[in-house]
Amino acid sequence: MIYADNAATTKLSRTALNAMLPFLEELYGNPSSLYAFGQKAKDAVELARENIARCMGCSPREIIFTSGGSEADNQAILSAAAIGRKRGKTHIISDTIEHHAVLHTLKKLEKEGFEVTYLPVDKNGLVRAADVAAAIKDSTCLVTIMYANNEIGTIEPIKEIGELCRKRGVLFHTDAVQAVGHLPINVENDNIDMLSASAHKFHGPKGTGFLYAKKGVALQNLIEGGAQERGKRAGTENVAGIVGMAASLSEAVENMESTSKKLTALRDRIIKGLSQISHSALNGDERMRLPSNVNFCFEGIEGESLLLLLDDKGICASSGSACTSGSLDPSHVLLSIGRVHDVAHGSLRLSIGEDITEEQADYIIKAVGEVVSHLRGFSPVWRDLISGKREFIL
Amino acid sequence: MALYSEKVMEHFRCPRNVGVIENADGIGEVGNAKCGDIMKMYLKIDNDIITDVKFETFGCGSAIASSSMATELIKGKPVSEALALTNKAVAEALDGLPEVKMHCSVLAEEAIKNAIEDYYAKRKEK
Repeated sequence: MIYADNAATTKLSRTALNAMLPFLEELYGNPSSLYAFGQKAKDAVELARENIARCMGCSPREIIFTSGGSEADNQAILSAAAIGRKRGKTHIISDTIEHHAVLHTLKKLEKEGFEVTYLPVDKNGLVRAADVAAAIKDSTCLVTIMYANNEIGTIEPIKEIGELCRKRGVLFHTDAVQAVGHLPINVENDNIDMLSASAHKFHGPKGTGFLYAKKGVALQNLIEGGAQERGKRAGTENVAGIVGMAASLSEAVENMESTSKKLTALRDRIIKGLSQISHSALNGDERMRLPSNVNFCFEGIEGESLLLLLDDKGICASSGSACTSGSLDPSHVLLSIGRVHDVAHGSLRLSIGEDITEEQADYIIKAVGEVVSHLRGFSPVWRDLISGKREFIL
Repeated sequence: MALYSEKVMEHFRCPRNVGVIENADGIGEVGNAKCGDIMKMYLKIDNDIITDVKFETFGCGSAIASSSMATELIKGKPVSEALALTNKAVAEALDGLPEVKMHCSVLAEEAIKNAIEDYYAKRKEK
Protein backbone atom coordinates (compact mmCIF):
# COMPACT_ATOMS: atom_id res chain seq x y z
CA MET A 1 0.00 0.00 0.00
CA ILE A 2 1.17 3.51 -0.77
CA TYR A 3 -0.32 5.92 1.71
CA ALA A 4 -0.61 9.30 0.01
CA ASP A 5 -3.19 10.93 2.25
CA ASN A 6 -1.02 12.48 4.92
CA ALA A 7 -3.09 15.65 4.92
CA ALA A 8 -5.96 13.52 6.24
CA THR A 9 -3.87 11.86 8.90
CA THR A 10 -0.39 10.45 9.41
CA LYS A 11 1.13 7.32 10.83
CA LEU A 12 2.02 7.54 14.51
CA SER A 13 5.78 7.81 14.79
CA ARG A 14 7.68 5.14 16.68
CA THR A 15 9.19 7.85 18.89
CA ALA A 16 5.73 9.13 19.80
CA LEU A 17 4.41 5.64 20.47
CA ASN A 18 7.34 4.80 22.73
CA ALA A 19 6.89 8.05 24.62
CA MET A 20 3.18 7.31 25.07
CA LEU A 21 3.31 3.67 26.14
CA PRO A 22 4.31 4.23 29.79
CA PHE A 23 1.29 6.53 30.21
CA LEU A 24 -1.07 3.97 28.71
CA GLU A 25 0.31 1.23 30.95
CA GLU A 26 1.86 1.82 34.35
CA LEU A 27 1.75 5.63 34.69
CA TYR A 28 -2.01 6.00 34.57
CA GLY A 29 -2.34 8.51 37.41
CA ASN A 30 -4.50 11.61 37.12
CA PRO A 31 -2.38 14.77 36.77
CA SER A 32 -4.75 16.54 39.15
CA SER A 33 -4.10 14.07 41.97
CA LEU A 34 -1.97 15.18 44.85
CA TYR A 35 0.14 12.06 45.41
CA ALA A 36 3.46 11.49 43.66
CA PHE A 37 1.96 8.92 41.27
CA GLY A 38 -0.44 11.52 39.89
CA GLN A 39 2.23 14.21 39.90
CA LYS A 40 4.37 12.06 37.60
CA ALA A 41 1.67 12.36 34.99
CA LYS A 42 1.43 16.08 35.69
CA ASP A 43 5.19 16.46 35.21
CA ALA A 44 4.95 14.66 31.88
CA VAL A 45 2.18 16.98 30.71
CA GLU A 46 4.18 20.06 31.73
CA LEU A 47 7.35 18.76 30.11
CA ALA A 48 5.36 18.20 26.93
CA ARG A 49 4.08 21.77 27.15
CA GLU A 50 7.64 23.07 27.46
CA ASN A 51 8.78 21.05 24.46
CA ILE A 52 5.90 22.22 22.33
CA ALA A 53 6.45 25.83 23.41
CA ARG A 54 10.10 25.54 22.41
CA CYS A 55 9.10 24.20 18.97
CA MET A 56 6.70 27.11 18.48
CA GLY A 57 8.87 29.87 19.94
CA CYS A 58 6.53 30.78 22.78
CA SER A 59 6.23 30.39 26.54
CA PRO A 60 4.74 27.15 27.96
CA ARG A 61 1.98 29.17 29.59
CA GLU A 62 0.78 30.18 26.14
CA ILE A 63 -0.03 26.57 25.14
CA ILE A 64 -3.46 25.07 25.90
CA PHE A 65 -4.03 21.41 25.13
CA THR A 66 -7.19 20.57 23.22
CA SER A 67 -8.77 17.54 21.57
CA GLY A 68 -7.40 18.62 18.20
CA GLY A 69 -7.34 21.31 15.56
CA SER A 70 -11.09 21.82 15.30
CA GLU A 71 -11.47 22.49 19.02
CA ALA A 72 -8.51 24.87 18.94
CA ASP A 73 -10.02 26.76 15.98
CA ASN A 74 -13.39 27.00 17.71
CA GLN A 75 -11.89 28.21 20.97
CA ALA A 76 -9.60 30.75 19.32
CA ILE A 77 -12.31 32.31 17.18
CA LEU A 78 -15.01 32.30 19.83
CA SER A 79 -12.57 33.80 22.36
CA ALA A 80 -11.58 36.60 20.00
CA ALA A 81 -15.25 37.23 19.27
CA ALA A 82 -16.03 37.45 22.99
CA ILE A 83 -13.20 39.94 23.49
CA GLY A 84 -14.43 41.94 20.52
CA ARG A 85 -18.04 41.93 21.64
CA LYS A 86 -17.05 43.38 25.02
CA ARG A 87 -15.46 46.30 23.19
CA GLY A 88 -18.26 46.67 20.71
CA LYS A 89 -16.14 45.25 17.87
CA THR A 90 -18.03 42.68 15.87
CA HIS A 91 -16.25 42.46 12.55
CA ILE A 92 -14.07 39.48 11.58
CA ILE A 93 -11.88 38.97 8.50
CA SER A 94 -11.20 35.56 7.03
CA ASP A 95 -11.04 34.02 3.55
CA THR A 96 -13.01 31.61 1.40
CA ILE A 97 -10.68 28.60 1.54
CA GLU A 98 -10.55 28.04 5.30
CA HIS A 99 -11.21 24.66 6.88
CA HIS A 100 -14.80 24.04 7.96
CA ALA A 101 -13.75 24.21 11.61
CA VAL A 102 -13.13 27.90 10.95
CA LEU A 103 -15.89 28.57 8.41
CA HIS A 104 -18.66 26.95 10.43
CA THR A 105 -17.58 28.75 13.61
CA LEU A 106 -17.71 32.03 11.67
CA LYS A 107 -21.17 31.14 10.31
CA LYS A 108 -22.32 30.63 13.87
CA LEU A 109 -20.99 34.06 14.84
CA GLU A 110 -22.71 35.62 11.85
CA LYS A 111 -26.01 34.30 13.20
CA GLU A 112 -25.16 35.98 16.48
CA GLY A 113 -24.75 39.32 14.74
CA PHE A 114 -21.09 39.37 13.77
CA GLU A 115 -20.10 40.66 10.36
CA VAL A 116 -17.59 38.47 8.56
CA THR A 117 -15.58 39.48 5.49
CA TYR A 118 -14.48 36.45 3.49
CA LEU A 119 -11.58 37.61 1.37
CA PRO A 120 -11.27 36.04 -2.05
CA VAL A 121 -8.04 34.23 -2.94
CA ASP A 122 -6.14 34.41 -6.20
CA LYS A 123 -6.08 31.56 -8.74
CA ASN A 124 -3.34 29.83 -6.74
CA GLY A 125 -5.19 30.13 -3.45
CA LEU A 126 -3.15 33.00 -2.06
CA VAL A 127 -4.68 35.59 0.23
CA ARG A 128 -3.24 39.03 -0.52
CA ALA A 129 -1.97 40.86 2.55
CA ALA A 130 -3.07 44.12 0.94
CA ASP A 131 -6.66 42.82 0.85
CA VAL A 132 -6.47 42.09 4.58
CA ALA A 133 -5.15 45.59 5.23
CA ALA A 134 -7.92 47.13 3.17
CA ALA A 135 -10.61 45.11 4.93
CA ILE A 136 -9.60 46.07 8.47
CA LYS A 137 -11.91 48.63 10.01
CA ASP A 138 -12.36 50.11 13.46
CA SER A 139 -14.81 47.38 14.37
CA THR A 140 -12.51 44.50 13.35
CA CYS A 141 -11.74 42.23 16.30
CA LEU A 142 -10.11 39.30 14.52
CA VAL A 143 -8.31 38.25 11.38
CA THR A 144 -8.19 34.48 10.87
CA ILE A 145 -6.23 33.13 7.91
CA MET A 146 -4.93 29.59 7.61
CA TYR A 147 -1.18 28.96 7.53
CA ALA A 148 -1.39 26.44 4.70
CA ASN A 149 -4.38 25.05 2.88
CA ASN A 150 -5.31 21.42 3.49
CA GLU A 151 -6.49 20.73 -0.04
CA ILE A 152 -4.25 22.61 -2.42
CA GLY A 153 -1.25 23.09 -0.11
CA THR A 154 -0.92 26.84 -0.66
CA ILE A 155 1.11 28.58 2.04
CA GLU A 156 -0.31 31.97 2.96
CA PRO A 157 1.76 35.12 3.65
CA ILE A 158 1.26 34.71 7.40
CA LYS A 159 4.16 36.81 8.61
CA GLU A 160 3.08 39.75 6.50
CA ILE A 161 -0.56 39.48 7.52
CA GLY A 162 0.44 39.10 11.17
CA GLU A 163 2.60 42.18 10.98
CA LEU A 164 -0.12 44.38 9.61
CA CYS A 165 -2.65 43.02 12.14
CA ARG A 166 -0.25 43.85 14.93
CA LYS A 167 0.23 47.38 13.60
CA ARG A 168 -3.53 47.87 13.45
CA GLY A 169 -4.10 46.33 16.89
CA VAL A 170 -6.24 43.47 15.59
CA LEU A 171 -5.96 39.91 16.92
CA PHE A 172 -4.56 37.45 14.41
CA HIS A 173 -5.36 33.74 14.48
CA THR A 174 -4.06 31.12 12.10
CA ASP A 175 -5.26 27.57 11.59
CA ALA A 176 -1.84 25.96 11.24
CA VAL A 177 -3.04 22.35 11.31
CA GLN A 178 -1.32 21.52 8.00
CA ALA A 179 1.78 23.56 8.73
CA VAL A 180 2.91 22.74 12.26
CA GLY A 181 5.71 20.16 12.14
CA HIS A 182 6.07 20.67 8.39
CA LEU A 183 7.06 24.31 7.99
CA PRO A 184 9.36 26.41 10.16
CA ILE A 185 7.02 28.39 12.39
CA ASN A 186 7.90 30.83 15.12
CA VAL A 187 4.85 32.55 16.54
CA GLU A 188 6.90 35.55 17.61
CA ASN A 189 8.61 36.09 14.25
CA ASP A 190 5.40 35.36 12.38
CA ASN A 191 3.42 37.89 14.47
CA ILE A 192 0.80 35.31 15.41
CA ASP A 193 -1.54 35.89 18.36
CA MET A 194 -3.34 32.55 18.22
CA LEU A 195 -2.52 29.33 16.41
CA SER A 196 -4.28 25.96 16.14
CA ALA A 197 -2.51 22.64 15.70
CA SER A 198 -3.40 18.97 15.56
CA ALA A 199 -1.04 16.16 16.57
CA HIS A 200 -2.15 13.52 14.09
CA LYS A 201 -1.08 15.69 11.16
CA PHE A 202 2.57 15.45 12.25
CA HIS A 203 2.79 11.78 13.20
CA GLY A 204 1.33 12.24 16.66
CA PRO A 205 -1.80 10.56 18.03
CA LYS A 206 -5.37 11.43 17.03
CA GLY A 207 -7.59 13.27 19.48
CA THR A 208 -4.88 15.68 20.63
CA GLY A 209 -4.00 19.18 19.61
CA PHE A 210 -3.12 22.53 21.03
CA LEU A 211 -3.97 26.17 20.90
CA TYR A 212 -1.27 28.78 21.23
CA ALA A 213 -2.68 31.98 22.64
CA LYS A 214 -0.36 34.90 23.20
CA LYS A 215 -0.08 36.13 26.77
CA GLY A 216 -2.86 38.62 27.43
CA VAL A 217 -5.37 37.05 25.04
CA ALA A 218 -8.26 36.04 27.29
CA LEU A 219 -9.50 32.62 26.27
CA GLN A 220 -13.09 31.59 26.67
CA ASN A 221 -13.92 28.04 27.71
CA LEU A 222 -15.66 25.70 25.33
CA ILE A 223 -15.79 23.02 28.00
CA GLU A 224 -16.67 23.91 31.57
CA GLY A 225 -15.62 21.84 34.55
CA GLY A 226 -12.39 21.33 36.45
CA ALA A 227 -9.43 23.68 36.61
CA GLN A 228 -7.24 21.88 34.09
CA GLU A 229 -5.29 23.98 31.59
CA ARG A 230 -5.39 26.93 33.99
CA GLY A 231 -9.16 26.83 33.93
CA LYS A 232 -9.35 27.31 30.17
CA ARG A 233 -10.13 23.75 29.14
CA ALA A 234 -11.78 21.43 31.63
CA GLY A 235 -11.44 17.66 31.57
CA THR A 236 -8.75 15.25 32.68
CA GLU A 237 -5.78 15.62 30.38
CA ASN A 238 -5.16 13.12 27.60
CA VAL A 239 -1.76 12.44 29.14
CA ALA A 240 -0.49 9.83 26.70
CA GLY A 241 -1.80 11.88 23.77
CA ILE A 242 -0.14 15.07 24.97
CA VAL A 243 3.16 13.28 25.60
CA GLY A 244 2.96 11.66 22.16
CA MET A 245 2.17 14.98 20.52
CA ALA A 246 5.21 16.64 22.08
CA ALA A 247 7.47 13.75 21.09
CA SER A 248 6.24 13.73 17.50
CA LEU A 249 6.48 17.50 17.16
CA SER A 250 10.02 17.60 18.53
CA GLU A 251 10.98 14.85 16.11
CA ALA A 252 9.28 16.57 13.17
CA VAL A 253 10.93 19.90 13.91
CA GLU A 254 14.32 18.25 14.34
CA ASN A 255 14.07 16.48 10.97
CA MET A 256 12.18 19.23 9.18
CA GLU A 257 14.95 20.37 6.89
CA SER A 258 15.84 16.94 5.52
CA THR A 259 12.21 15.75 5.35
CA SER A 260 11.16 18.88 3.56
CA LYS A 261 13.98 18.59 1.05
CA LYS A 262 13.14 14.96 0.28
CA LEU A 263 9.40 15.56 0.01
CA THR A 264 9.78 18.65 -2.14
CA ALA A 265 11.87 16.72 -4.67
CA LEU A 266 9.38 13.84 -4.82
CA ARG A 267 6.42 16.19 -4.88
CA ASP A 268 7.85 18.00 -7.87
CA ARG A 269 8.61 14.68 -9.55
CA ILE A 270 4.95 13.66 -9.19
CA ILE A 271 3.73 17.08 -10.32
CA LYS A 272 5.95 16.88 -13.39
CA GLY A 273 4.74 13.35 -14.12
CA LEU A 274 1.04 14.13 -13.75
CA SER A 275 1.39 17.29 -15.83
CA GLN A 276 2.03 14.94 -18.77
CA ILE A 277 -1.61 13.82 -18.60
CA SER A 278 -3.50 15.82 -21.21
CA HIS A 279 -6.05 18.38 -20.09
CA SER A 280 -4.92 18.36 -16.49
CA ALA A 281 -3.92 21.22 -14.23
CA LEU A 282 -2.11 21.66 -10.95
CA ASN A 283 -4.16 23.29 -8.22
CA GLY A 284 -2.43 25.64 -5.81
CA ASP A 285 0.75 27.65 -5.96
CA GLU A 286 3.83 26.02 -7.44
CA ARG A 287 6.29 27.73 -5.13
CA MET A 288 4.35 28.63 -1.96
CA ARG A 289 3.32 25.03 -1.45
CA LEU A 290 3.47 22.42 1.30
CA PRO A 291 6.29 19.94 0.54
CA SER A 292 3.84 17.04 0.74
CA ASN A 293 1.00 18.36 -1.40
CA VAL A 294 0.08 17.46 -4.97
CA ASN A 295 -3.38 18.46 -6.21
CA PHE A 296 -4.58 18.08 -9.77
CA CYS A 297 -7.77 18.42 -11.77
CA PHE A 298 -8.30 16.06 -14.70
CA GLU A 299 -10.93 17.08 -17.18
CA GLY A 300 -13.66 14.63 -18.18
CA ILE A 301 -13.58 12.36 -15.13
CA GLU A 302 -15.00 12.27 -11.64
CA GLY A 303 -12.87 12.06 -8.50
CA GLU A 304 -14.58 9.33 -6.53
CA SER A 305 -14.17 6.74 -9.30
CA LEU A 306 -10.57 7.84 -9.57
CA LEU A 307 -10.02 7.23 -5.85
CA LEU A 308 -11.73 3.83 -5.87
CA LEU A 309 -9.60 2.61 -8.78
CA LEU A 310 -6.43 3.99 -7.21
CA ASP A 311 -7.40 2.13 -4.04
CA ASP A 312 -7.55 -1.05 -6.14
CA LYS A 313 -3.99 -0.27 -7.20
CA GLY A 314 -2.95 0.14 -3.57
CA ILE A 315 -2.86 3.94 -3.47
CA CYS A 316 -4.67 5.91 -0.74
CA ALA A 317 -5.56 9.40 -1.94
CA SER A 318 -8.28 12.02 -1.64
CA SER A 319 -10.49 14.19 -3.85
CA GLY A 320 -12.51 17.37 -3.72
CA SER A 321 -15.29 15.81 -5.77
CA ALA A 322 -18.87 16.27 -4.62
CA CYS A 323 -19.36 12.52 -4.66
CA THR A 324 -16.75 12.11 -1.94
CA SER A 325 -17.89 14.99 0.21
CA GLY A 326 -21.28 13.76 1.31
CA SER A 327 -22.74 16.96 -0.12
CA LEU A 328 -23.65 17.72 -3.70
CA ASP A 329 -21.06 20.43 -4.14
CA PRO A 330 -17.42 19.98 -4.97
CA SER A 331 -14.74 21.43 -2.72
CA HIS A 332 -15.23 25.08 -1.74
CA VAL A 333 -11.48 25.51 -2.08
CA LEU A 334 -11.39 24.43 -5.72
CA LEU A 335 -14.42 26.59 -6.51
CA SER A 336 -12.71 29.52 -4.76
CA ILE A 337 -9.62 29.29 -6.95
CA GLY A 338 -11.87 29.46 -9.99
CA ARG A 339 -12.26 25.83 -10.96
CA VAL A 340 -15.73 25.35 -12.41
CA HIS A 341 -17.97 22.53 -11.12
CA ASP A 342 -17.20 20.07 -13.96
CA VAL A 343 -13.47 20.41 -13.49
CA ALA A 344 -13.53 20.49 -9.69
CA HIS A 345 -15.27 17.10 -9.73
CA GLY A 346 -12.20 15.55 -11.31
CA SER A 347 -9.74 16.49 -8.61
CA LEU A 348 -7.10 14.39 -6.93
CA ARG A 349 -5.11 15.22 -3.81
CA LEU A 350 -1.98 13.28 -3.01
CA SER A 351 -0.24 14.17 0.24
CA ILE A 352 2.95 12.21 0.48
CA GLY A 353 4.87 11.20 3.59
CA GLU A 354 8.50 10.65 4.53
CA ASP A 355 8.35 6.92 3.81
CA ILE A 356 7.67 7.34 0.11
CA THR A 357 10.34 6.23 -2.35
CA GLU A 358 11.16 7.42 -5.85
CA GLU A 359 9.85 4.12 -7.24
CA GLN A 360 6.56 4.63 -5.44
CA ALA A 361 6.30 8.17 -6.77
CA ASP A 362 6.78 6.81 -10.29
CA TYR A 363 4.22 4.08 -9.65
CA ILE A 364 1.70 6.75 -8.57
CA ILE A 365 2.30 8.72 -11.77
CA LYS A 366 1.78 5.58 -13.88
CA ALA A 367 -1.29 4.42 -11.94
CA VAL A 368 -3.01 7.82 -12.09
CA GLY A 369 -2.37 8.01 -15.82
CA GLU A 370 -3.90 4.58 -16.37
CA VAL A 371 -6.96 5.25 -14.24
CA VAL A 372 -7.61 8.65 -15.82
CA SER A 373 -7.50 7.22 -19.34
CA HIS A 374 -9.66 4.24 -18.33
CA LEU A 375 -12.36 6.54 -16.92
CA ARG A 376 -12.13 8.93 -19.86
CA GLY A 377 -12.67 5.89 -22.08
CA PHE A 378 -16.35 5.74 -21.18
CA SER A 379 -17.02 9.30 -20.04
CA PRO A 380 -19.70 11.08 -22.08
CA VAL A 381 -18.13 14.37 -21.00
CA TRP A 382 -14.76 13.34 -22.41
CA ARG A 383 -16.41 12.18 -25.64
CA ASP A 384 -18.04 15.60 -26.02
CA LEU A 385 -14.73 17.30 -25.31
CA ILE A 386 -12.69 15.36 -27.85
CA SER A 387 -15.42 15.55 -30.46
CA GLY A 388 -15.54 19.31 -30.08
CA LYS A 389 -19.11 19.42 -28.81
CA ARG A 390 -17.86 20.88 -25.59
CA GLU A 391 -14.89 23.15 -25.12
CA PHE A 392 -11.89 22.11 -23.07
CA ILE A 393 -11.37 24.20 -19.99
CA LEU A 394 -7.97 22.80 -19.01
CA MET B 1 -17.76 -1.87 6.42
CA ALA B 2 -16.84 -0.83 2.94
CA LEU B 3 -18.66 2.08 1.35
CA TYR B 4 -20.11 -0.12 -1.39
CA SER B 5 -21.36 -3.70 -1.65
CA GLU B 6 -19.22 -6.28 -3.45
CA LYS B 7 -21.75 -6.21 -6.27
CA VAL B 8 -21.37 -2.46 -6.74
CA MET B 9 -17.60 -2.76 -6.76
CA GLU B 10 -17.71 -5.63 -9.24
CA HIS B 11 -19.85 -3.62 -11.69
CA PHE B 12 -17.74 -0.53 -11.08
CA ARG B 13 -14.48 -2.36 -11.74
CA CYS B 14 -15.77 -4.29 -14.76
CA PRO B 15 -18.71 -2.34 -16.08
CA ARG B 16 -20.89 -4.29 -18.55
CA ASN B 17 -22.05 -2.86 -21.87
CA VAL B 18 -19.70 0.08 -21.90
CA GLY B 19 -19.51 2.13 -25.06
CA VAL B 20 -21.52 3.61 -27.88
CA ILE B 21 -23.99 2.18 -30.40
CA GLU B 22 -23.60 3.82 -33.78
CA ASN B 23 -27.01 4.56 -35.31
CA ALA B 24 -28.76 3.75 -32.06
CA ASP B 25 -32.56 3.64 -32.14
CA GLY B 26 -32.77 5.62 -28.95
CA ILE B 27 -30.29 7.76 -27.02
CA GLY B 28 -30.90 9.10 -23.55
CA GLU B 29 -28.68 11.54 -21.71
CA VAL B 30 -29.39 12.67 -18.19
CA GLY B 31 -27.35 14.60 -15.73
CA ASN B 32 -27.58 15.80 -12.23
CA ALA B 33 -26.56 19.38 -12.81
CA LYS B 34 -25.65 19.89 -9.18
CA CYS B 35 -23.52 16.86 -8.31
CA GLY B 36 -22.32 16.69 -11.89
CA ASP B 37 -22.90 13.04 -12.79
CA ILE B 38 -23.82 12.46 -16.42
CA MET B 39 -25.17 9.25 -17.91
CA LYS B 40 -25.73 8.41 -21.55
CA MET B 41 -27.64 5.31 -22.74
CA TYR B 42 -27.77 3.93 -26.29
CA LEU B 43 -30.48 1.43 -27.28
CA LYS B 44 -30.87 -0.86 -30.27
CA ILE B 45 -34.50 -1.93 -30.53
CA ASP B 46 -35.94 -4.61 -32.77
CA ASN B 47 -39.63 -5.51 -32.74
CA ASP B 48 -40.03 -3.81 -29.39
CA ILE B 49 -37.19 -5.84 -27.90
CA ILE B 50 -34.02 -4.16 -26.64
CA THR B 51 -31.48 -6.16 -28.57
CA ASP B 52 -28.47 -4.12 -27.50
CA VAL B 53 -27.67 -1.44 -24.97
CA LYS B 54 -24.51 0.51 -24.22
CA PHE B 55 -23.70 3.29 -21.80
CA GLU B 56 -21.20 6.03 -21.00
CA THR B 57 -21.04 7.57 -17.55
CA PHE B 58 -19.19 10.44 -15.95
CA GLY B 59 -19.61 9.95 -12.25
CA CYS B 60 -18.79 8.20 -9.04
CA GLY B 61 -18.50 4.48 -8.40
CA SER B 62 -22.19 4.02 -7.73
CA ALA B 63 -23.17 5.96 -10.86
CA ILE B 64 -20.99 3.72 -13.01
CA ALA B 65 -22.22 0.56 -11.27
CA SER B 66 -25.86 1.68 -11.53
CA SER B 67 -25.52 2.28 -15.28
CA SER B 68 -23.85 -1.08 -15.76
CA MET B 69 -26.48 -2.95 -13.76
CA ALA B 70 -29.34 -1.13 -15.46
CA THR B 71 -28.06 -2.15 -18.91
CA GLU B 72 -27.88 -5.78 -17.79
CA LEU B 73 -31.43 -5.63 -16.45
CA ILE B 74 -32.95 -4.38 -19.71
CA LYS B 75 -30.85 -6.14 -22.32
CA GLY B 76 -33.01 -8.58 -24.31
CA LYS B 77 -36.17 -7.34 -22.61
CA PRO B 78 -39.29 -5.82 -24.18
CA VAL B 79 -39.42 -2.03 -24.16
CA SER B 80 -42.42 -2.11 -21.83
CA GLU B 81 -40.37 -3.97 -19.23
CA ALA B 82 -37.48 -1.53 -19.55
CA LEU B 83 -39.91 1.34 -19.07
CA ALA B 84 -41.12 -0.26 -15.85
CA LEU B 85 -37.59 -0.55 -14.41
CA THR B 86 -37.34 1.42 -11.20
CA ASN B 87 -34.29 2.88 -9.53
CA LYS B 88 -35.13 0.72 -6.54
CA ALA B 89 -34.82 -2.41 -8.66
CA VAL B 90 -31.41 -1.25 -9.89
CA ALA B 91 -30.25 -0.55 -6.33
CA GLU B 92 -31.58 -3.88 -5.09
CA ALA B 93 -29.84 -5.76 -7.89
CA LEU B 94 -26.63 -4.12 -6.69
CA ASP B 95 -27.26 -5.40 -3.15
CA GLY B 96 -28.11 -1.89 -2.08
CA LEU B 97 -26.57 1.58 -2.36
CA PRO B 98 -25.66 4.01 0.43
CA GLU B 99 -28.54 6.42 1.13
CA VAL B 100 -26.58 9.41 -0.21
CA LYS B 101 -25.96 7.53 -3.46
CA MET B 102 -29.55 6.52 -4.24
CA HIS B 103 -29.78 9.41 -6.71
CA CYS B 104 -27.28 7.52 -8.90
CA SER B 105 -29.80 4.71 -9.42
CA VAL B 106 -32.42 7.35 -10.21
CA LEU B 107 -30.15 8.63 -12.95
CA ALA B 108 -29.97 5.13 -14.45
CA GLU B 109 -33.75 4.79 -14.45
CA GLU B 110 -34.13 8.22 -16.02
CA ALA B 111 -31.46 7.58 -18.66
CA ILE B 112 -33.32 4.47 -19.85
CA LYS B 113 -36.71 6.23 -19.89
CA ASN B 114 -35.10 9.10 -21.73
CA ALA B 115 -33.61 6.77 -24.36
CA ILE B 116 -36.96 5.02 -24.89
CA GLU B 117 -38.72 8.37 -25.27
CA ASP B 118 -36.14 9.26 -27.87
CA TYR B 119 -36.86 5.96 -29.62
CA TYR B 120 -40.61 6.69 -29.73
CA ALA B 121 -39.99 10.22 -30.94
CA LYS B 122 -37.71 9.00 -33.71
CA ARG B 123 -40.23 6.36 -34.74
CA LYS B 124 -42.96 8.96 -35.00
CA GLU B 125 -40.79 11.03 -37.31
CA LYS B 126 -40.50 8.03 -39.62
